[in-house]
Amino acid sequence: MTAKKFDYLINGDKSKWEVIIGLEVHAQVLSKSKLFSPSPTKFGAEPNTQVSLVDTAFPGMLPVINQFCIEQSIKTGLGLKAKINLNSVFDRKNYFYADLPQGYQISQYKNPIVGEGEIVLDMPYGTKKVGIERLHLEQDAGKSIHDIDPDNSYVDLNRSGVALMEIVSKPDLRSPEEVNVYVKKLRSIMRYLGTCDGNMQEGSLRADVNVSVRKVGDKKFGTRCEIKNVNSIRFMQLAIEYEARRQVELLESDKKVNQETRLFDTKKNATRSMRSKEEAHDYRYFPDPDLLPLKLEQSLVDKLKKELPELPDEKKERFIKEHNLSPYEANILVSEKEISDYYEEVIKKCDKKLATNWITVELFALLNKKNLSILQSPVSARNLSKLIKMITSGKISGKIAKDVFVKMQVDDKDAEQIVEKEGLIQQSDPKELEKIITKVISNNKDKVEQYKSGKEKLFGFFVGQIMKASEGKANPQLVNEILRNKLK
Amino acid sequence: MSIDKDTVKHISKLARISLDDKKIANLSKDLSSIMKFIEKLNELNTDKTSPLTSIINASLKSRSDEIRDGKIRDQILKNSPETNKEFFVVPKVIE
Repeated sequence: MTAKKFDYLINGDKSKWEVIIGLEVHAQVLSKSKLFSPSPTKFGAEPNTQVSLVDTAFPGMLPVINQFCIEQSIKTGLGLKAKINLNSVFDRKNYFYADLPQGYQISQYKNPIVGEGEIVLDMPYGTKKVGIERLHLEQDAGKSIHDIDPDNSYVDLNRSGVALMEIVSKPDLRSPEEVNVYVKKLRSIMRYLGTCDGNMQEGSLRADVNVSVRKVGDKKFGTRCEIKNVNSIRFMQLAIEYEARRQVELLESDKKVNQETRLFDTKKNATRSMRSKEEAHDYRYFPDPDLLPLKLEQSLVDKLKKELPELPDEKKERFIKEHNLSPYEANILVSEKEISDYYEEVIKKCDKKLATNWITVELFALLNKKNLSILQSPVSARNLSKLIKMITSGKISGKIAKDVFVKMQVDDKDAEQIVEKEGLIQQSDPKELEKIITKVISNNKDKVEQYKSGKEKLFGFFVGQIMKASEGKANPQLVNEILRNKLK
Repeated sequence: MSIDKDTVKHISKLARISLDDKKIANLSKDLSSIMKFIEKLNELNTDKTSPLTSIINASLKSRSDEIRDGKIRDQILKNSPETNKEFFVVPKVIE
């Protein structure tokens, strides 16, 4: 159970309120061609160049389903540990909009391809299981552009008919932070599976957010509002914060929350009602007569299950066991498949603990600063591994390693070559070190006196001077040892 | 079940079909009698029958994931009442 101090509660004037959140995530299936037509799905093409007569709903055109999209949703279902429905049905969801030429969206209503599953979230207060209600396949609509012309809207149908997986969670989420972790985990699972690229900037992952509030202790859910089509985690969080407060204010002033569709205005950080959607909400679903029921063979599901890659949860367990990582470290390293691949490449030839630190601290700081993904890392895994090996073997000090790391960032310059060329090898010869130390001591006789009379803080000063004199190359452990003896 | 005039109006609005009052009255009568005829089926006990979505005893045929269409913008836009050579142009629709 959730520890009290982590509860996300809205403090109203009269009572404390709990926030109940459910998410409908629309994830674009990673496929070359569309769900029911063979036109391309690539992002960023010239408007209306990836459109066929099927996508524009010309009379007589018939949909033919993309086998790969079916398999992609089965894989995603298996990744969510969900039940795969061997029989599912495609329905028409009817509504009028300029970017929906068919006048209906082909979706799945009563019989989705994937049933109940779950996602495990790692929260600061422990793991939390969030139920998945269902996953179904559906078509995306086109894109309307409203800001080119003051009197008209422009319609681009490139996205029309692209396959989406709608992944519906149970109302198990309780805070904006849980929503953050949930979306990231779902995204990570799909990226491991290769079923969705999770690129939120390009609209491959968007969500409808269902929000309701109830007094702490109440069992019954309140009336919910649905905030449509939010396309970033930050906006989801802001929308939830605003919407929960709005509902609490209504309820505390004895007003009702209307069940309605709302829009998140990213400029005002507020949600507002989409009244026009209300009447259109009558979708008149019915089975699409152009499409037969989708029957799957259990053997196909079994085959896909066998081919499933190692997923973040399993990888995390393995990292903890095999590499002796803390759950926190393991979480960071498995959050993206590319990061875990990088880590496993680095530790092939060097100390695991040190590698974890170098990746999560130095490398991540570098990537953050330059706004790069790990695949674009200026320092290759093999090269970082070489650097770490030189630290553990005592060839260079940790401090020098940081300087070498900076130099490695230019063209992934070889760590060993940098060290050799610039003569950065750690000075571990006691005789050489003694020479330097004696010199520093004789140059600072006054400080030696002060040290001996009790000012022990000065030890650090001497170490600093010695490091400086050795150009940072002195082996710090040996320096400590020798210096302590000398100052006795 | 009878289909009253308000229901006919609602459906016609959703379907973007404009009807005058006389037609609405006639349709209400016609649709109600059609519904009544269909309701005959309710007399049949279907407790042990699962819903049928297709009368054809076959499964959905699929295609492989290959790009075999697109790049026909001129042909597609040719059929639109208004275009700007790149986009379909429609009356402003915005929330």
